[in-house]
Amino acid sequence: MSIIVAEGVTKRFSSDSRPAVDAVSFAVDPGEFIVLLGPSGCGKTTLLKMINRIYEPTSGQLLIDGVDSRSLPVTHLRRRIGYAIQQTGLFPHFRVEQNIAVVPRLLGWERPRIEARITELLDLVGLPHDFRRRYPRQLSGGQQQRVGLARALAADPAIMLMDEPFGALDAITRARLQDELLHIQRKVHKTILFVTHDIEEALRLADRMMVMNHGQIVQFDTPLTILTRPCTRFVEQLTSANDVLRRLSLLTVASALGRERPPAAGGSADLPPLHPQDDLRFALTQLLGAGESSLPVIDDGREVGRLTLADLRAMLPSTVAGLEGHVPVSGA
Amino acid sequence: MGYLLTNWAYVGTLLLQHLWLTGSAMAISVVIALPLGVLLARVAWLRGPVLGFLGLLYTIPSLSLLVLLIPVLRLGYWPAVVTLVIYAQLVLVRNVVVGMVGIDPAVIEAAHGMGMNSWQRLVQVELPLALPLLLAGLRIATLSTIGIATIAAFVNAGGLGMLLFDGVRTSNHEKIVIGAIAVSLLAIGANVLLRRAELWSQQSRG
Repeated sequence: MSIIVAEGVTKRFSSDSRPAVDAVSFAVDPGEFIVLLGPSGCGKTTLLKMINRIYEPTSGQLLIDGVDSRSLPVTHLRRRIGYAIQQTGLFPHFRVEQNIAVVPRLLGWERPRIEARITELLDLVGLPHDFRRRYPRQLSGGQQQRVGLARALAADPAIMLMDEPFGALDAITRARLQDELLHIQRKVHKTILFVTHDIEEALRLADRMMVMNHGQIVQFDTPLTILTRPCTRFVEQLTSANDVLRRLSLLTVASALGRERPPAAGGSADLPPLHPQDDLRFALTQLLGAGESSLPVIDDGREVGRLTLADLRAMLPSTVAGLEGHVPVSGA
Repeated sequence: MGYLLTNWAYVGTLLLQHLWLTGSAMAISVVIALPLGVLLARVAWLRGPVLGFLGLLYTIPSLSLLVLLIPVLRLGYWPAVVTLVIYAQLVLVRNVVVGMVGIDPAVIEAAHGMGMNSWQRLVQVELPLALPLLLAGLRIATLSTIGIATIAAFVNAGGLGMLLFDGVRTSNHEKIVIGAIAVSLLAIGANVLLRRAELWSQQSRG
């Protein structure tokens, strides 16, 4: 059963003639990592904040675990949903341990259980235990965001909402935290809704991407499908689908190889091997450099297939020519 | 100094009266200003009118306010304390409002997002974060209250103002100087104590 179901959810702000979120419907399965992607003002953050009722929908219905979110007291709903935001919103007068303990304390957990949970979470997000007694101001931006993540995870909520949590970090810290978030997600299997306007972050993290524009969902599908079969010109431009090299750099050898490919016979010892996690731009460089029409793909010392130029071509959108008449991007 | 040596008990009594006047006035002031400030921080449209009204009261000369209160409250302690409370409101209320409104919106959003109710947000987040500004307001209001409290002598409420009024009436410069010095020392002492509390409140967050 879907853990989050939206039915015709609309949000109108009185100051705006057009709805910020316009009759949106979707369903999310438990354990999915969903990334909401789109230009500023597309409604992605508004949609996210309707799930924990920071904003109340003007119309439509949101079901959390099959229950109408409005039927619960709002504080109870929010204590069951993890929430992490870009500016972290850590309480500056609380030590790291107190910040992490906020929701467990609101839920009335026993002291020993909270203490054990703090230790567990510091380990999970990769912070040393002696950070417990520090104040947020004594931490770097990346460390603060780790505390923010630990705080959101504290009461072990099934659903996590993350509003551009890495948006204010430098590129290196951001990439490291993205990796660790994926690593954590493999352990905890939360249902995550993650807002970003960074396409590379979206491709890196998402099981499925919800591309939004003008308050509506334009396409909701896997990163691979969105890159290879963008359904409108808008999605294509957002993902720079017409820039071949950029597109290839966003895809892995594994995604081009597919699963059904039987390993070919040997005779490739002198060729530069590819790994499944290499990006396709690198693969193209290797192919052109070696002057070959195909290269072996090696995983754990074993050849799992051969990548050909035809495979690369197949990863480029076949629909680029047939997309006239769709919403153009303005100021995105 | 001869006057002080022969009348130390009297001066001491006046000092204690002054402390009591100021202290009780500040206690009553905070009890009124804190909820009022919180209300104004939550209800934005009330801010302009209420702060405007408090500002208006603040511009009334203290002596005339005191005289205006005599028909209602007679002479003695009460008209003096009511006057002091009225004067302290503007600074106290304004600092509570500024302290609460100035909190990082992300912190407030996080407090909402984690499921705090209005009371938990106020007690655990907003008031502690507004505390440094609240204490700054308390310090400024206390200092001006110590000064204004000298006119309490005018309505028979005692205090160090007695020395000043007597001194002026009888052209006794010694009394005036001793009264002025005593008021100043009281103000300086209050300033040091409250400033220390203010610094403490700022340090307790790393």
